[in-house]
Amino acid sequence: MSSGTSGEWPLWEVFVRGRRGLSHTHAGSLHAPDAEMALRSARDLYTRRSEGVSIWVVPSNRITASSPDEKDPFFEPAADKPYRHPTFYEIPEGVRHL
Amino acid sequence: MAADAEAYQTVFDAALAADERIEPRDWMPDEYRASLVRQMAQHAHSEIIGMQPEANWISRAPSLRRKAILMAKVQDEAGHGLYLYSAAETLGTSRDELLDKLHSGRQKYSSIFNYPTLTWADVGVIGWLVDGAAITNQVPLCRCSYGPYARAMVRICKEESFHQRQGFELLLALSRGTEAQRAMAQDAVDRWWWPSLMMFGPPDEASAHSAQSMAWKIKRHSNDELRQRFVDICVPQAEALGLTLPDPDLRWNEDRGHYDFGPIDWEEFRQVLRGNGPCNTQRISQRRRAHEEGAWVREAAAAYAAKHGEAGA
Amino acid sequence: MTAALALGDDALVLSHRLGEWAGHAPVLEEEVALANIALDLLGQARVLLSLVGDEDELAYLREERAFRNVQLVEQPNGDFAHTIARQLYFSTYQQQLYDRLARGDGPFAPLAAKAVKEVAYHRDHAEHWTLRLGDGTAESHERMRRGLEALWRFTGELFEPVEGCEVDWTALHDEWLARITAVLDRATLTVPEGPRRGAWAAGAGRQGVHTEPFGRMLAEMQHLHRSHPGASW
Repeated sequence: MSSGTSGEWPLWEVFVRGRRGLSHTHAGSLHAPDAEMALRSARDLYTRRSEGVSIWVVPSNRITASSPDEKDPFFEPAADKPYRHPTFYEIPEGVRHL
Repeated sequence: MAADAEAYQTVFDAALAADERIEPRDWMPDEYRASLVRQMAQHAHSEIIGMQPEANWISRAPSLRRKAILMAKVQDEAGHGLYLYSAAETLGTSRDELLDKLHSGRQKYSSIFNYPTLTWADVGVIGWLVDGAAITNQVPLCRCSYGPYARAMVRICKEESFHQRQGFELLLALSRGTEAQRAMAQDAVDRWWWPSLMMFGPPDEASAHSAQSMAWKIKRHSNDELRQRFVDICVPQAEALGLTLPDPDLRWNEDRGHYDFGPIDWEEFRQVLRGNGPCNTQRISQRRRAHEEGAWVREAAAAYAAKHGEAGA
Repeated sequence: MTAALALGDDALVLSHRLGEWAGHAPVLEEEVALANIALDLLGQARVLLSLVGDEDELAYLREERAFRNVQLVEQPNGDFAHTIARQLYFSTYQQQLYDRLARGDGPFAPLAAKAVKEVAYHRDHAEHWTLRLGDGTAESHERMRRGLEALWRFTGELFEPVEGCEVDWTALHDEWLARITAVLDRATLTVPEGPRRGAWAAGAGRQGVHTEPFGRMLAEMQHLHRSHPGASW
């Protein structure tokens, strides 16, 4: 894929299947030089807290749309990085708004 | 054509009035688009510049647990930058253009990151106060009228609450620790409290963009409202930490139902905004250097893709 | 627990080096990727060091000569190609070693079984970048070649038997070399020539003999912890 005159990597749309039984859902986008790298970056970025079981990447300029219809991504906690979640931190009784 | 524009404007206004989201391919007033790009870009820039003061302590984190937490946090900030640049790109401005504006000083980032992280306790205070202020600002943005921005903010806010809690917990460990650790925590709070209050922006009567942004439902509360909310939240938290907020005028006002607080030094705010803060030059030059030194890597990957096709195998 | 210390120190030190990239990566997507690898390695290091003793005492209170990591992982980052060359050499080794440990019945089998999945991804990342830098532009090719050359002499030590790891080290070496050769070939690069072991009788990382940059790395890593003896964080 041509990287354009600016040399910027093309934009890819990322779709993640949160778990078996669900369809792929639009998670967001990223820049990558090619599909292989886009898949890897998508894994790093959009599934770092979840057990995404499958990822699709599509060059943004290949999408033909009538109107956008995007949903929020689905997160499943990753078992071994509990410090990414607020409940990992013990807060004394009575402290609020954290 | 004038009739068309008027019809579009009516549809847009009706969508806002009904609290519906505006999506990328919808018609929108030019000023709304420009205002959004400016705000999302500034927000994205803040995330990636904000990596620097904290990354400053990754190599010196005093336990392996803290090191893992801090690395994950700085990584999240890169991720948040990515979500926000993506949201800005839905309005047709490329990330390269936005980075170029950051590097050349034509777009701003949050002034708070122009202060240095001098001790380990600063990492905790950034989590507790700076991320706390950011969350106070950002939670209402989850209901922002522009769909991609609101969705990015939902994802970011979920992750930010981990940031704030780890900061609070870090400070709690220090304040319950040795005399030296406690002093380190208090010193950091003393240095960061006032700059944190400045994060909400100038007072309402002096804020250039506030009124229009609120009418467009990009922004949901005024700077002063959010600042007051933040102060009210922080006072009891500081008490729980056993640390003092450096403001002799801070006291509960029964009539208002809020804490009163002392005057903010807006001259300092203006100076830092103008580029005269302790780290403005350092932050931008590190960002530019990383970008320039990475140019050959980005070119190599693009050249490889040109040779081997977009599948990249 | 010589082996836990050796493998734990490898993971700890490489994680630290990768953490130094934070805020300096060539593109935002790569910030996230390098941090993921660093976090995986740090997680492995914490499990391994905890088999030996208190993870923080081991990380922060040992002197340089007590660290058992190979010299390869302590080498400074250099440019991105240098880092990728280090990642390629090490992650290929680590993946093949952990794969063997996971299939064995030694004390590391459960840990290795989990880690090998992470490490396979690290190798994949390194191989993808090796291809793109090797077969990208003239400049990236030259930088990748220099990185591979500069680090080649630290690769011999990887195959010194580690007490407690019941693997066939000769076979591990041959498999490693075959994989590296295949990747470099696809990347239009060649396997470096030249000595692969120091000519110095004192030994290398596994014997606690390190390179000069390692002492400075430890000074930075340990400074705060050592400045507050007995404190909890």
